[in-house]
Amino acid sequence: MTNAVEISDLHVSISGSHVLQGVSFSVPSGGVTALLGRNGVGKTTTLRAILGLVASSGRIQVLGNEVSGWPTHRIVRLGIGYVPEDRDVFSGLTVEQNLRLAESGSGAQYDEVFSLFPELKTRGRQRAGTLSGGQQQMLSIARALLNHRPLLLIDEPSKGLAPKIVSEFAGVLERAAEHSTVLLVEQNLSVVKRLAQRIVVLDHGEVVHRGEVVDLEDPTLVRQLLGVAGAA
Amino acid sequence: MNIFLVLTFSGVALGAIYFLAASGLSLIYGLMDVLNFAHGLFMTLGAYAGYEIATRLPSSLGAPTLVILAIIGATVVGALAAGVTELILIRPLYGKPISQILITIGLDLAGVGLLMGGFGSTALQIPVPLWLIEPTHIGGLYLPNASFLAIGAGVLVLIGLEMFLALTRYGIIIRAGVENREMVRALGIDVGRAFTLVFVIGGAMAGLAGILYTIVFSGDLVSPNQGDSLLIFAFIVVVIGGLGSIRGSAVAALAVGLLQQYTSFYIGGHSGWAQIGDLSTVLLLAVVLEWRPRGLFGRVA
Ligand SMILES: Nc1ncnc2c1ncn2[C@@H]1O[C@H](COP(=O)(O)OP(=O)(O)O)[C@@H](O)[C@H]1O
Ligand SMILES: [Mg+2]
Repeated sequence: MTNAVEISDLHVSISGSHVLQGVSFSVPSGGVTALLGRNGVGKTTTLRAILGLVASSGRIQVLGNEVSGWPTHRIVRLGIGYVPEDRDVFSGLTVEQNLRLAESGSGAQYDEVFSLFPELKTRGRQRAGTLSGGQQQMLSIARALLNHRPLLLIDEPSKGLAPKIVSEFAGVLERAAEHSTVLLVEQNLSVVKRLAQRIVVLDHGEVVHRGEVVDLEDPTLVRQLLGVAGAA
Repeated sequence: MNIFLVLTFSGVALGAIYFLAASGLSLIYGLMDVLNFAHGLFMTLGAYAGYEIATRLPSSLGAPTLVILAIIGATVVGALAAGVTELILIRPLYGKPISQILITIGLDLAGVGLLMGGFGSTALQIPVPLWLIEPTHIGGLYLPNASFLAIGAGVLVLIGLEMFLALTRYGIIIRAGVENREMVRALGIDVGRAFTLVFVIGGAMAGLAGILYTIVFSGDLVSPNQGDSLLIFAFIVVVIGGLGSIRGSAVAALAVGLLQQYTSFYIGGHSGWAQIGDLSTVLLLAVVLEWRPRGLFGRVA
């Protein structure tokens, strides 16, 4: 098996609007594949469909399993770490309790996570709701990395964060990608260029480009696909 | 002054019963968005289970043992009834809250009907030991022993639930699930199992509330509709306290119990207007909602 994720002809409708209209792409095992596209094209929805968090039709294979119709917890237990777009830490729980919930089996790598984010150790007793945005993102990423999952789905990790923190997170994800396959949604093209090898671009609920990260060096293509200046 | 203290004591005891009735309801709503109208049936079932145990087991066991067994039995029957209800009726209807509410209403009506058919609609007397009926004499006050039982049970359940929610893995899953069910699933956790557990805990509280209400406040009488009348106050308590908050339920239950006792004595007793106690709780509900629409401890959406 060479593909960690294979999606074909994926359709999703949310409250009457046809958000994904036959999306097909695959994520080869190893390395980072970036899922790109303007706001609202369906990137988050694609990740949520892979996790079974939205109803979809079409085929989804995750780590060699046909998972369409599976409950989310079963799909995740195949070995997925998920960093959602809005972090979704449990604000009423402490940092420790947030991490404890993410434990699966006995293989939790606390030492590693605390060496990446020492702050999470010193703030273990603090309620997650009182953390800053950057700290919440640390916790959300730590949760996903805690168990050395073979597949990481990461949705806009740099959203709303200061450049210094963004580059710190990029370093962490770079290390995580050494042992996990990563499907990364990211608007910050410099982060994409630093981490990703392959790109998939969505527009209006369809895949409009599949290629290598070097494709992002072509400003015309970038403007056409993403509507942003290529120098970003 | 003495009367005020006695009223306060029985108000706290009534509050303890309301807390027991409300805490399960609140947990279930907080995690699952299910307004469980069958909660009244679970309370009534608990009381009837207690009646069956106290009357069918040999009286040679002695009244104290029998009443303790009745209380345990009521709790277990409430838990089982709720667990089975979740597995068979609620589970197939996830994502359809209206259907879930309707099916709990239907279950409640059917269950109460069956109880009437089986036991008759007249109230039945549970035999209890004398010391539960007698008062204890403390500092010039005569305080009913049954009330101590209610208060003790309420305090134990409050502490037990708080510790369960704060310290155990399932407790943490439930709190996380109240906040964001999807994210709990996305961590690979089967929230469905936590749902069943919450129903079981809620049902246990309901059964306990049902039997204690009988022993403490209804003259040891069991009747088919008692759970549904208690359920109304449980809903009032849950809404005042803030849906999903155990601590909120405890505070609100105390407030409602005390208010009801004071008003029915000081206003109802003098004017002969017996319903003033019940009415006052509805007024309290209105005032609290005007001031804090999500209840005392309700989370902001
Ligand atoms: N829960 C929802 N209810 C209604 N519309 C939604 C919902 N989630 C997503 N959408 C719509 O689906 C489209 C794709 O959203 P999303 O996958 O979040 O896009 P992206 O992550 O690419 O910005 C958007 O037009 C959005 O408005
Ligand atoms: Mg998005």
